Amino acid sequence: MKSWDPRIEEMPKEDLQRMQYKLLKSLVYRLYSFSPFYHDRMKEQKVHPDDIRELSDVKKLPFMFKRDLRDNYPDKIFTSTQEELVRYHVSSGTTGKPTVVGYTQNDLNTWTTSLARALTSLGLGRGDVIQVSYGYGLFTGGLGLHYGAERIGATVIPASVGNTERQIELMQDLGATAIACTPSYLLHMGEVAEKMGVSIKKDTQLRTGVLGAEPWTDRMRTRIEDWLGIKAYDIYGTSELSGPMFCECIEQKGFHIWSDIALAEIIDPQTGEPLESGQKGELTITILQKEALPMIRYRIGDITTMDDDICACGRTHPRIQRIQGRVDDMLIIRGINVFPSQIEYALMAIPEVGQHFQIVVERKGALDDLLVRVELNTGSFSDKINDLMQVRQKVEHRLRNSLNVNVNVELVEPGSLPRFEGKAKRVIDKRSL
Amino acid sequence: MDTQKFVIRQISIFSENRPGRLAAIAHALGEEKINILAFSIAEANGFGVVRALVDHPEKAHDKLLSLGFNVAFTDVIAVRMKDQPGGLYEVAKILGDAGVNIEYSYAYSGKEGAVLILRVDQVEEAIKKIKNSGATLMERSVFH
Repeated sequence: MKSWDPRIEEMPKEDLQRMQYKLLKSLVYRLYSFSPFYHDRMKEQKVHPDDIRELSDVKKLPFMFKRDLRDNYPDKIFTSTQEELVRYHVSSGTTGKPTVVGYTQNDLNTWTTSLARALTSLGLGRGDVIQVSYGYGLFTGGLGLHYGAERIGATVIPASVGNTERQIELMQDLGATAIACTPSYLLHMGEVAEKMGVSIKKDTQLRTGVLGAEPWTDRMRTRIEDWLGIKAYDIYGTSELSGPMFCECIEQKGFHIWSDIALAEIIDPQTGEPLESGQKGELTITILQKEALPMIRYRIGDITTMDDDICACGRTHPRIQRIQGRVDDMLIIRGINVFPSQIEYALMAIPEVGQHFQIVVERKGALDDLLVRVELNTGSFSDKINDLMQVRQKVEHRLRNSLNVNVNVELVEPGSLPRFEGKAKRVIDKRSL
Repeated sequence: MDTQKFVIRQISIFSENRPGRLAAIAHALGEEKINILAFSIAEANGFGVVRALVDHPEKAHDKLLSLGFNVAFTDVIAVRMKDQPGGLYEVAKILGDAGVNIEYSYAYSGKEGAVLILRVDQVEEAIKKIKNSGATLMERSVFH
């Protein structure tokens, strides 16, 4: 499989790390000298740029959090002037005040290069027709993928989200070979297509899905691949890092973090200490090449593991495994950590119920009560109440086994749970703690 | 004996137990000009099963399915009962003596008398025993 930039992507690890060290060093000097925000942060942490003597010294640097961006809304920590900026993106603000990200032309180029490498690594290129069904606009997904896809010479259908029936017509008529969207929107498209009498597997040219912007599971991947007849690849990024940046390569063993663009660490979310390769923790990223909004040790809040072995595809850049949860999405039910992704994973193995679900957490007396609503699949309905009770018990039993907490399950009618075209919001927490 | 003509196709619909669900089902059937001849609701914790005898079961099935409901067909039988004390006993005794189990049942009483609708574990056996006892089984053609 060819690389977009073989010199960088297949560079020996020692050389890569040497390059990272140089980039980190100059970043830290630049910010210490020119950014009041970082200057103060480094002073507080009692660290000086001269203390960065090797790559692992990154751990001496202060962390940065989403709240730092909110507190400095909209652009107080930008290190470029407005005249130097060519674009803004604004995050949805679902978990608080929105955050604004500014880009210089070089920042956009770096972002696009990152995606050009990523899309090439999963086999896309000139001749492909890529339907970009991420939202265009303030959200980074649409425009990010758009420019990345154009850069590799593919033909873009800038479909954005919504108007699903028309999207399916376009997919057929223009012969889309790949789609970039959220996995839940692709599942929704599959359902809508079937209602229209269209089989994505048989009636379209689609063979690749570039799916992200929300957590999903390997089992969901298998389901998408089998049902829709495509290969589904995970894509990762957040607006604070520019947008979607990193993809799985053809090996589907985690997404490559381009080391010349970003320095990834996995840390213990409680203590902030770096963890060994392979241990599960919070992903922390330092963006090594960013002019308008540099990020040092930005704590994204995603829980995952990192694999630094050389990939079978030949790329030397480390891989981050599929995101397994969010530090802030994590529900604590009677003292036990529960991630919505675990529920999704367990439900995938139960054919009687669908893949959509809703979680309702309430406090009943002193105890937390976890209710999971799932849709009874068409075809799994028998007239007998007993059979239905058994389906419910089976789901309750499986969820209890995988989560280690008691779960009540409610069977609901197919199609009755909310579908999401952007980020899925599946948890309703009614506890007033 | 041709027992098949006594087998009636009941439609069963999965429904969440919340306001408006029965109205949604009834509205859909009304729109298609489907008449409901008998019906019942069985309730379990959080959900229910609506069972109905209608004049056009296929049409009802397709309409409800297109609206996203979970729908299934179930074979039931209908027995005419005397609309007087002891009427139900006569029918129940025939089946009980024959070792036929009633899974569920519902009834209606109209101007032509009372009718008991039964879902049983052995349909053929139940039909034969009821016919032999002299009680009246209603034919499928009465309903649809």
